[in-house]
Amino acid sequence: MKIILLKTAANYLLPLLLLFSVFILLRGHYEPGGGFVGGLIASIAFILHSLANGLDKTQELLKYPPFFFIPIGLSIAIASGLVPLFLGHPFMTVLWFEDPLPVIGLVGSALFFDIGVYVVVIGVTLTILFTISENI
Amino acid sequence: MLLAILSGFLSALLLLILGRQLKGTLPLIVSVLPISLFIYFASFLPEISSGKTVFYNLEWIPSMGIDLDFKIDGLSLLFSLLITGIGSLVFLYSSAYMKGHIYIGRFYSYLCIFMASMLGLVLSDNLLLLFIFWELTAISSFFLIGFNNDNTASRKSSLLAWAITGGGGFFLMAGFILMGSITGTYSIQEMLSSGELLKANSLYGLMLFLVFVGAFTKSAQFPFHFWLPGAMKAPTPVSAYLHSATMVKAGIYLIARFTPILGNHPYWNNTLMIVGGVTMLYAAFHSIFRIDLKGILAYSTISALGILFFLLGIGTQEALIAASVFVLVHAFYKAGLFLTVGVIDHETGTRNVTTLAGLRKVMLPIAIAAGVAALSSAGIPLTLSFISKDLIYEATLSSGKGALILTSLAILTNIFLSYSGYLVGIKPFIGKLPDQLKDVHLPSGFMWLPPLFLGFCGLIFGFFPSLLDKSLIDPVLNALGANSNNTALQIWHGLNLVLLLSAITIVCGIMLYLILKPSEQKLKMINRLDFISPHSIFNFLARSTKNTALRVTQFMHNGFLRSYLTKIIFFLVCLIGFYLIKNVNIQFYAEKLTIISIYEGVVFSMMIIAIFTIVFSSSRLVAIISTSVVGYCMCLFFVYYGAPDLAMTQFSIDTLTTVLFVLVLLKLPPYLKMRDRSAQLRDGLLAISFGTLISVIALQVLNEPTNKTISRFYSDNAYLLAKGKNVVNVILVDFRGYDTLVEITVLTIAAIGVYSMLKIKSSEIE
Repeated sequence: MKIILLKTAANYLLPLLLLFSVFILLRGHYEPGGGFVGGLIASIAFILHSLANGLDKTQELLKYPPFFFIPIGLSIAIASGLVPLFLGHPFMTVLWFEDPLPVIGLVGSALFFDIGVYVVVIGVTLTILFTISENI
Repeated sequence: MLLAILSGFLSALLLLILGRQLKGTLPLIVSVLPISLFIYFASFLPEISSGKTVFYNLEWIPSMGIDLDFKIDGLSLLFSLLITGIGSLVFLYSSAYMKGHIYIGRFYSYLCIFMASMLGLVLSDNLLLLFIFWELTAISSFFLIGFNNDNTASRKSSLLAWAITGGGGFFLMAGFILMGSITGTYSIQEMLSSGELLKANSLYGLMLFLVFVGAFTKSAQFPFHFWLPGAMKAPTPVSAYLHSATMVKAGIYLIARFTPILGNHPYWNNTLMIVGGVTMLYAAFHSIFRIDLKGILAYSTISALGILFFLLGIGTQEALIAASVFVLVHAFYKAGLFLTVGVIDHETGTRNVTTLAGLRKVMLPIAIAAGVAALSSAGIPLTLSFISKDLIYEATLSSGKGALILTSLAILTNIFLSYSGYLVGIKPFIGKLPDQLKDVHLPSGFMWLPPLFLGFCGLIFGFFPSLLDKSLIDPVLNALGANSNNTALQIWHGLNLVLLLSAITIVCGIMLYLILKPSEQKLKMINRLDFISPHSIFNFLARSTKNTALRVTQFMHNGFLRSYLTKIIFFLVCLIGFYLIKNVNIQFYAEKLTIISIYEGVVFSMMIIAIFTIVFSSSRLVAIISTSVVGYCMCLFFVYYGAPDLAMTQFSIDTLTTVLFVLVLLKLPPYLKMRDRSAQLRDGLLAISFGTLISVIALQVLNEPTNKTISRFYSDNAYLLAKGKNVVNVILVDFRGYDTLVEITVLTIAAIGVYSMLKIKSSEIE
């Protein structure tokens, strides 16, 4: 089921959707959005790509099997909670940088936690969907 | 001290790794461990004899009251010496008995674990620590009974033993926790002073019940005794070590240990006397009908354990002296008998007492060892058990009320026991040697020296009982909280009633042996009563539990997702519906509802159309797409009511679900009309009632005054405390970040589940 229209569109949509997902992730603290939705949107981007180009192409694009994302994401999330421990605060206290970064704005350790969620969600969703579509 | 206990576990680990290298005479090296431990514990003897108690403390989990507290007093020293002493002999014996066995490393490893746990059990001064070791002995016993794991009977027996002793362990733990929470400490030493507090508590009866169930299951008391004969499937050294000399005495140890804390109360004394009395007579009577040597020994062991409980139940000073001596005596002669039976079994290949005879001609040392042990078990003068028997009679005679009944019970039991002792220790060795046993020969010295040694121990202590009284028995009595001033074990008590009773026992035992011959018929006769025995009742219960579980599982867990959903929703509808009708005053205020706007109306009609499409469509794909239409419409509602975050997430989830559905369902055969009318009607009814239920709940919620404290806290503080304007996200990553962390972990587990299930399944098909 290779539809040329879908295929062409998917190739352009992938970077756009990924960018959009990052945007959703970053703005989460002030506007609707966040790591969970962002992760889902990013997964949708990859799913769309795989529907259009086939699973192999997407896996090539990803380089690593999607379940590698899960431990990475979990570690980022946990690390963001562990850092405050070294500074004498309780686990998962949110710390903030003093000056806002350009474009992104004020950055705190909560953002890294959200990035962890984002990566885990991508990993989990893609793992489940890819395994099922491979094995059914 | 800690090292002494842990050394067993460490060696077990080492043996598992190096097990394959354990060939030839190498297993002998393992015996160094129990021997050196025996010497180590024996070195405490002078200190303990002088009335001291040695403590070792190490903090482990102080916040929960679990510390590595160990205590050596008379009682724990007596047991430690038995464990390491008999252990040394059994280790030596096994090196010959198990010679060339492929899993000899594993065997020794289990034995080491057992020895270490047993030592831990008798030395612990902390109830919870004691319980841990208690369970470890049950676990190692499980492995040892089922050591020949290619044999179904072995596996069954080990499972049975585990079920009974492990089940009893739960009771024991509950009892310990009860004791701990009443006294506020788990240290046994500290509990010694709160005996009155425990006895005055209204839960004293329950506590006793729980502790007794634990002790009785472990020490094979009626009606839990039936696992012990089954445990004889273990290799014979194991039976000698665990199921006669040491592990089954853990219950005795426990009751003895608690005597100064919980004892001296009518409940305590009467229960122990009744259970012990019933067990000792019941098992002794049963033992005379068996024809399997190990079966005879198993029943006589149960009976001996009964005697011990019985004596602890009497609880007078005489009874406690008798109990402490009998623990030692029984270990000597019963382990000796077991080891000789092991030799017979090993060399002749049979344990049937009716076919064995005349073995003295081919294995004289074994015959001597067995003979001495048999005489010991009969309590012939000049053996230690003669003294112990006298002590038992003294204890029952001086027990005051009911002395007559108790004494006759003890005499009857002892007559039966001496008969079964003769049967095992003398019968196989006298008479004419059958032809098929002519070429039986004496095994290596490691197999006949240990039983011989045990026999002579009994004789030496019998000749010189003064070796024991001040050094070991006095400290034991101290630990039991009894007066220990004038213990003096004597061979000659003078011409009195006790001597007469002893003589009656011996004469009756010999007469019984001469009259009664073991035979298959008698075994069959007693087996006819099996259907009312506790064993059959237990088996019946176990079987019916299994069958019920199977039926319930087949009904509840039949593998069809639709059936699970039906059951879950049906249950919910019944439960919540029942509650709503019974307890909630359902009210409906039309004026509270807002007017439906045009957007909402349009979206709502779209949903209705989509739902009808799902129900009546004849194509899978159409049904799936319509489902997602319903989902998207729901998202629109979220948008209208100010929940953009939820809408976004729901939107993405719906998209992914649809993709997933398409992936899976496209591979299925085309839509078929599989269901009949009645099933459709049932599902429709269920769906409508569930929908109604949810609507009613939603309307009911409107009637309740809303509590906005929590949501107000979040909206007020989101920016102040967490510097975020999106309250939902702030809750997710900050206020309740812990939850999110757990949630993504759960997601991970789900992914691993899907991945491993599908990957393993597909690789199996290949």
